[in-house]
Amino acid sequence: MDNQRNGSVITATGLTKSFGTIEAVKGIDLDVRAGEVFGFLGPNGAGKSTTINILCTLMKPTAGQATVAGFDVATQPGDVRTVIGLVFQDPSLDANLTARENLSFHAFIYGVPASERADRIRGVLDMVELTDRANSVVMTFSGGMKRRLEIARGMLHTPEVLFLDEPTIGLDPQTRRHIWTYLRKLRAEKGVTIFMTTHYMDEAEECDRIAIIDGGKIVALGTPTELKAMVGGDVVTLATGDNQAAAADIARIFDLEPTIDNGNIRVEVKDGAEFIPRLVRETSVPVNSVSSHRPSLDDVFLKLTGHAIREEEAGSTDHMRMFMRARGGHR
Amino acid sequence: MSSESSVRPDVRRAPSPRRTSGLTATLRGIYIVWYRDLLRYWRDRVRAIVGLAQPLLFLVVFGAGLGSSLGGSFSAGGQSDLSYAQFVYPGVVGMAVLFSAIFGAMSIVWDREFGFLKEILVAPIDRSAVAIGKALGGATQAMIQGIVLLILAPIIGVTLNVGMVLLLLPFLFILAFALSSMGVALASRMKSMQGFQIVMNFLMMPLFFLSGALFPLAGVPDWMAVLGRLDPVSYGMDPIRRIVLGGTLPPAAVDKLGLTIFDHVLPIGLEAVILLAFGAVMLGIAVINFRKRD
Repeated sequence: MDNQRNGSVITATGLTKSFGTIEAVKGIDLDVRAGEVFGFLGPNGAGKSTTINILCTLMKPTAGQATVAGFDVATQPGDVRTVIGLVFQDPSLDANLTARENLSFHAFIYGVPASERADRIRGVLDMVELTDRANSVVMTFSGGMKRRLEIARGMLHTPEVLFLDEPTIGLDPQTRRHIWTYLRKLRAEKGVTIFMTTHYMDEAEECDRIAIIDGGKIVALGTPTELKAMVGGDVVTLATGDNQAAAADIARIFDLEPTIDNGNIRVEVKDGAEFIPRLVRETSVPVNSVSSHRPSLDDVFLKLTGHAIREEEAGSTDHMRMFMRARGGHR
Repeated sequence: MSSESSVRPDVRRAPSPRRTSGLTATLRGIYIVWYRDLLRYWRDRVRAIVGLAQPLLFLVVFGAGLGSSLGGSFSAGGQSDLSYAQFVYPGVVGMAVLFSAIFGAMSIVWDREFGFLKEILVAPIDRSAVAIGKALGGATQAMIQGIVLLILAPIIGVTLNVGMVLLLLPFLFILAFALSSMGVALASRMKSMQGFQIVMNFLMMPLFFLSGALFPLAGVPDWMAVLGRLDPVSYGMDPIRRIVLGGTLPPAAVDKLGLTIFDHVLPIGLEAVILLAFGAVMLGIAVINFRKRD
């Protein structure tokens, strides 16, 4: 029966979720393959968390169907829960208990056989290098340690799929690299499929495939390389004395489509090194600075959605959470 | 049967091989939710001790203050040889159970706010286990608080023998279970700590005052007599008082203090049944609320 699943571990067709009149997820189709690291990239409020909540059976879809490891998330939630591990955006550890107690609780509630519990707990603690803190109360842990412990806990019942909702949000760069080391190790050693959401571009680069989501819809799906190939050639960014006039010049002289964003002109060209001297020579507006770079996922996102992913970063997370809580805190 | 598209695979028909049978998993869930509550209670002994301060304050202030101002004129059921402190003591035991049962349920709102509830709600156990485990956890904590107060009985001048204590325990537990279930039912839909605290303060004091903990419900104005009989706590307070005072007063005098409906003194067994039924309904509401998925 399993071989009929064609190597797909997560599938979704026309997945939709509305909260009253607000449509948070507007018909998503997905096909995540066994053993891949799949990233869901988009700004806050794009519908990433809602989608992950549906896939891990915390919410029911309004319309559409989704399966995880072959089980329907709407009609077989109990089965789905046995085969998934979760790392939430907000910590969900019991801060009053020790790391080991948190893990024991999890092992017990997931029905890990008593004979294996101690070994498995030792194993996951080793993996995230928290063995020496096993008997400390979680309250005393740093943000990075808590996240590592959550990843360890998510793997304790050897799930087929590990869901991570913004696993490195609010962590410093060094800790983020650390977390990625663990995730790569996990995939290599256990062959677990990883499904994660993020709004960090560098994190998305680590994924095998990415779905870019904006306004509740998937606007592009592919490997990071494929996605970046959607932006032709190089991206040239320049600042001038009069951006409007310079942009008009570029459009007229070079027949390109410049955009003005954050006080900079941004234009996609075939070869940046060759374009810049011509630009400086032929435009009448004085150029203050100019640079050329290979397209990043930022550029892909901007091209596809017409706005940058970072615009609505910091504060909006908190606003969104407060909003969600105020309107009844969707678990 | 082969599926025509890789996007719409067949849904697995067989349940997950990791799924243990429903009842075992539910019992395991109840146990672990209950166990965690007690572990946290044990970790937080300071809170438990502080939780006893309020009932003790009531006992001292009302027992000594109100008792001396009432003087000999306090005549519960025509028994003038009963001191007010002795009368109010069972009420204070009930109060300790009431307060700690309801505050125990507050941990649900706490867990929701701090994310831990999610960990339990996505676990492959029936969510009824969460509600039942929490209700039992709160009830156990409340029982412990009640028992600590029972130990203090000799200081108040209340005599208890082993038989009475053994008889008291199930009644304490039923009261604790019913109130804890009520707390869980309320907390199951509460999103914020502040909201829960407001509702609880609004509810707890009337439940306590109308239960006959501080004064006998015999001889109060009609409106209060009606409200007192609608108060579930009354049906837990009354048996506790009748059993405790049974050691000091003759049976006829104890019966005079008992809760009546249409002038019939309710048997304590019937009171227990009423309270259990109330607890079961509350637990049912909690289970339904926990099973809801958005």
